[in-house]
Amino acid sequence: MQPVPYRVRRVRCETRDTFTLELKSFRGQGMVFHPGQFNMLYAFGAGEVPISVSGDPSRPESLVHTVRAVGAVTRALCAAKRGEVIGVRGPFGNPWPMAEAEGSDVVIVAGGLGLAPLRSAVYHILSNRGKYGNVVLIYGARTPEDLVFRPELERWRGRFDLEVDIIVDHASAGWFGNVGVVTTLIPRASFDPQETVALVCGPEIMMRFSVAELAKRGVPAEGVYISMERNMKCGIGLCGHCQFGPVFVCTDGPVFRYADVERLLKVREV
Amino acid sequence: MSVLQKTDQIEQALARHPFFEGLDNRYVKLLAGCGAAVNFQAGQYVYREGDEVNEFYIIRRGRVALEIHVADRGPVTIQTLGEGDVLGISWLVAPYRAVFDVRAVDLTRTTAVYAGCLREKCEKDPSLGYELLKRFASVLGQRLQATRLQLLDVYCHGS
Amino acid sequence: MSLQTLDLRGFEKLFEGLARAGFEVAGPRIRDGAVVYDRVSRPEELPLGWIDRQEAGSYRLVQDPGAGFFSHVVGPQSWKKFLSPPVERLWAGRRVDGTFDFQEGGGKSFTPPRYAFIGVRACDIQAVSVLDRVLLGGKYPDPYYAAARRNVFVVAVNCGRAADTCFCASLGTGPTVRFGFDLLLTEVIGNKRHFFIVEGGSPPGMALLKTLPRRQAMPEEIQAAEDGVEAAAASMKRSMAVAGVRELLQSNLEHPRWEQVARRCLACGNCTLVCPTCFCTTVEDGTDITGDRAERVRRWDSCFNLDFSYIHGGSVRTSIKARYRHWMTHKLANWQDQFECIGCVGCGRCITWCPVGIDITEELRALQDNGITGHNEAMQGREYVGAAED
Repeated sequence: MQPVPYRVRRVRCETRDTFTLELKSFRGQGMVFHPGQFNMLYAFGAGEVPISVSGDPSRPESLVHTVRAVGAVTRALCAAKRGEVIGVRGPFGNPWPMAEAEGSDVVIVAGGLGLAPLRSAVYHILSNRGKYGNVVLIYGARTPEDLVFRPELERWRGRFDLEVDIIVDHASAGWFGNVGVVTTLIPRASFDPQETVALVCGPEIMMRFSVAELAKRGVPAEGVYISMERNMKCGIGLCGHCQFGPVFVCTDGPVFRYADVERLLKVREV
Repeated sequence: MSVLQKTDQIEQALARHPFFEGLDNRYVKLLAGCGAAVNFQAGQYVYREGDEVNEFYIIRRGRVALEIHVADRGPVTIQTLGEGDVLGISWLVAPYRAVFDVRAVDLTRTTAVYAGCLREKCEKDPSLGYELLKRFASVLGQRLQATRLQLLDVYCHGS
Repeated sequence: MSLQTLDLRGFEKLFEGLARAGFEVAGPRIRDGAVVYDRVSRPEELPLGWIDRQEAGSYRLVQDPGAGFFSHVVGPQSWKKFLSPPVERLWAGRRVDGTFDFQEGGGKSFTPPRYAFIGVRACDIQAVSVLDRVLLGGKYPDPYYAAARRNVFVVAVNCGRAADTCFCASLGTGPTVRFGFDLLLTEVIGNKRHFFIVEGGSPPGMALLKTLPRRQAMPEEIQAAEDGVEAAAASMKRSMAVAGVRELLQSNLEHPRWEQVARRCLACGNCTLVCPTCFCTTVEDGTDITGDRAERVRRWDSCFNLDFSYIHGGSVRTSIKARYRHWMTHKLANWQDQFECIGCVGCGRCITWCPVGIDITEELRALQDNGITGHNEAMQGREYVGAAED
């Protein structure tokens, strides 16, 4: 129940308020995790927040998290410098269905910082590329300046076995890419709806509308997975805060099959 | 703008497009009669704000940007449309003037349908008019929903 | 061993025996006009001669010459205050050598006191067994609760009287205690006699019982004890029928009844404080002035607090309607998905201690009957689905 100290090895600035931290444990044993899981990250004296792992699961010796500064704890984490120590509890949560998706096409729809837990899934797919069919990454952000993981995105776009479609809500001069809402990229993406597993993560509204677009293309709710977020104090199903109807987002989620939570998502303030 | 293609090739392009699904064959022929293949170079303007608009385009390849010129920011892209999208709604309703600048971002190939003759045909045959309006209303509805989602600024987190 | 009779001297010896065995003894005491659970060392400190009059939104202690030590029923506190305290330091940490290290519970390895609880009612025994499922039955058992729970010695008491807000009989959770005790007492007072029928429920209980002055209980004594408990059960004014409650609540999340109860509810959270099975907590992290020492403290929290469901920018459940609906649906329905039992034990505390007298048995009955009160004429005559949709 206590955080384990990890040292900050590298900090990469993604956007003006989002940073990727690469952490190393003191004893060097690394953390084995599954894409979609999260850790409770502790800034000494400030508090803990749940943050998805955004790194490569095949490289457990390097624990990577992408954090956006929105409150006291995340601001403290984003201000961490190389050599500083951060506390880690985890990994917790129900991961993306990477094994179930083998043999299918995979459509990944990410909105904003929702790309962070999905990046781990992309790494996993690329390490096991032969096991998956067509793989499409659809990523929407507010503006070009809010795009995260730009080096990875550029590398991935260069691959012949991965389709990467990016869109922003607002653009300024110098942006030659798509402008509009991320759902508009779904009708055109190359995948077979009958043989597809969709992984969706982003603001709840964006996820709802993305799932609706996927459904229009014939992807059934059983084949769509989303990652949810709720207030968490413990991360282990004891404090009660993260309840969403009868499920605990920390232990039953954060990844859910859409068919299992579809009904609840339609009720306001559940 | 470049070469006109044969009418039956245009007819095929229109018939294949989901926008015209379910449209009576004679109407497809009729539209093809008003149609032409039109290409735009990257950076070329399809039309400017205020221009009279007398056609709509089915984008076959490439991407166009809907832009507004803002005094201190220059041209701002509001939305891009790409392969398979329908461009141009202003031809439907008077005063038939473009609301935005539309600029081709990449080399863009389209099938253009000239509205001048089409409007007359719709007046004479309301059933054709209704079929087209239904389809454009659907496009408008989808655009509006997408635009509203853009306005929601869903990625912006409060602190 | 068969049932034994313990007289008042024997009862006093019980306290001495527990103290000798090194237990910290807690039991009912009167403070600030209510019966609370606190340290107790002698029978004289118990509420002898007092009974409680409870109704929705009302609690009064009244003296009654015919009342014994345990004629009162349950008050605003429950045994969770010892097993999972309202404030608990989880760990303390300090910066050292460029990193930090942690100690459990503040410097020593975590060892809570060995508690002996005197006067545990059937509903409270049920509540503790529910908390066992919640806090120990999952993938990550709570080590703090486990440590406090480990060596608790339970002296349970069969209720000889019921308050008007009790409804354990309808839930099958009381008033007779059927499990979870080391010793079980039934107090009999009347006809110029005052004694206890005692039953041992475990090896430690039996061992302690053997050291007390007692004799084998006579049939008429046992009968008097049983009659008292039966009368308590029969006198209960309230009831709750929970068959099908899971489907009922989960498929009526938009029922107009929620709006109605929300108009009365103050979201004060009293119900969650007094409920013996509510388990939600929050944590507070802090440092000292130097910033070199930090600690994490866990506190009771309530789903009625507005910021309980806060995530960047706002709370998920902002309306009182949503928060009341969450509490009740969790307690009676979602709890079953989570822990394979219901969270309510029929103690009636939430009814008594609600300042506006909201009655969970009445709210459930309203949903079961599809009932809509006269508050909302416009809704009358409409049909609402009571059964599951799919």
